Amino acid sequence: MTVAAIETQQLAREFEGGIRAVDGVDLEVAEGEIYGFLGPNGAGKTTTVRMLTTLLRPTGGRAIVAGFDVARDPGAVRHKIGVALQEAALDPLMTGRELLQLQATLHGISKKEGKQRGQWLLDRVGLTLAADRRVGTYSGGMRRRLDLASALIHTPQVLFLDEPTTGLDPVSRRAIWEEVRKLNDEGTTVFLTTQYLEEADQLADRVGIISGGRLVAEGTPQALKSEVGKPHLELNLVDQEGKESRAEEVLGRFGEPMPARDGRLMVELEHGTSEVGPIVVALNQAGLDVESLDLVQPTLDDVFVHKTGQHLEGAQPETDETEAIVE
Amino acid sequence: MIDRLATNARVVAALGRRSVLQTLRRPQLAAPLILFPTALLAIQTAGAGGAVNLPQFPPVDNFLSFMLAGAIVQSVMMTGNSGAIAFAIDIEMGFTDRLFAAPISRYAVVLGRLAATAVLGAIIAVYFIVLGLIFGASLNEGLAAAVWITILVAAAALAFGSIGAAIALRTNSASVVQGIFPLVFVILFLSDAFFPANLMLDPAGWVAEYNPLSFIVNGIREPIIAGWSLTTQLKAVAAVIGVGAFGLTLCRFALVGRVRRGV
Repeated sequence: MTVAAIETQQLAREFEGGIRAVDGVDLEVAEGEIYGFLGPNGAGKTTTVRMLTTLLRPTGGRAIVAGFDVARDPGAVRHKIGVALQEAALDPLMTGRELLQLQATLHGISKKEGKQRGQWLLDRVGLTLAADRRVGTYSGGMRRRLDLASALIHTPQVLFLDEPTTGLDPVSRRAIWEEVRKLNDEGTTVFLTTQYLEEADQLADRVGIISGGRLVAEGTPQALKSEVGKPHLELNLVDQEGKESRAEEVLGRFGEPMPARDGRLMVELEHGTSEVGPIVVALNQAGLDVESLDLVQPTLDDVFVHKTGQHLEGAQPETDETEAIVE
Repeated sequence: MIDRLATNARVVAALGRRSVLQTLRRPQLAAPLILFPTALLAIQTAGAGGAVNLPQFPPVDNFLSFMLAGAIVQSVMMTGNSGAIAFAIDIEMGFTDRLFAAPISRYAVVLGRLAATAVLGAIIAVYFIVLGLIFGASLNEGLAAAVWITILVAAAALAFGSIGAAIALRTNSASVVQGIFPLVFVILFLSDAFFPANLMLDPAGWVAEYNPLSFIVNGIREPIIAGWSLTTQLKAVAAVIGVGAFGLTLCRFALVGRVRRGV
């Protein structure tokens, strides 16, 4: 039986003035899972994380984290969790080493052990050389890595990462992803909020989409995407004019042809990439040369649009989602 | 229970150390605590030294000896305000959330900040005593007076700092805390700090007479210019406890409110 690392039932938070930032969210995150919590700004992601990390008291429902109720036993929850909140709240006047030492003290770790653990984490996140520099001199990526290291000082069971890569360059973002994957491989449950579709797609075992304080969809990225449609192929032929009907006839053997868009021929595929090769061969055999061809997968943004009727604000272009094949 | 207390004591010490370093590493916070009161002490001593000849002015060897206590409490109140600004900056940038998400008492976070204010208060007391001795002041009660003044000043810094910390916790805004700074001077001038209350006109004289700061000032001043008086020292200690209790109660409400409000 899978044990839940995080479980919420009708979790809600209402602020002064009757604003319901989180409105009855039911979540279940299994131990060892990476759960991506996806939503635009103001959807309720951070409010949910603040409740799960005991920084904010729920006004409705309940939440259990690492086996303890966040409202009844917040101290026990704090022993089990690591938290890296939005925008790496680090003291710019401290050095990286001092920050980790302080974090170790906050978690009741002895000075000697804290030093050892701090050094190990600095090595792990690649900050050994910068360890004795003030945090104010660090780049955004270095701050995030230090923030991550500080959240790991006590080897937490559940790690909360609130938009860990917002504002980072692609290289730093990938470095954080790699570290999150490694942590997860070591058994840490990760609850990750993000507004980046690619991040959720790359990292999360399962994704929850929140909009207007409500969970509107939940599942594996693949399952969610397949709910909204199948992958399709878009192609242009060499000297295409007058050859469309013959091409559609060939494409029809592989799937349901879709109406052409901007002169591009389109066909919905049942089996994704495995059909690309045979399609090109069949077109060649019919005397039709392919000029360019793209396999387009449904994206989490499509899921978001499907579920909420709007695009995810701040969504990044999903370059990895679309495989471009040009002859 | 003892383990928990020991852990919280370690946390308070670690947070206190961090806050002291933070103040020392941020010259714009540290410098005014010493420079402004020293400058005011020099100006007032040089320019208003004749005040000692006023009828009913307390008997003193020189005006510097009288003014020393005023400069110390001015610096202490500025330290409390500066600590509160630093605390508010921590809140604004989310650093306190990092602390509140750790398995420690939330009061330890506040006490860590206040411990730093107390340490800075003690440093200030020593600085002004040494400065005073160099420039001609004398301590009537000798080394014992220096030790007592340092303890009293450290406690007063903690007490005044607690009010600032409560405001920081309630408002989450460094600029609001900074905006309260002029009030420090109003409280100072409506006390015995720079001028004897018995020579002030009412209602200022009346306010100064009952201003808790006056009791603290007199507790510091008496061993410098006269000698020990149990009543004066008890009043000073009671004023420190009163201000501290008021400030810590406000902190408690502010902390409870933060968890409820979430900000």
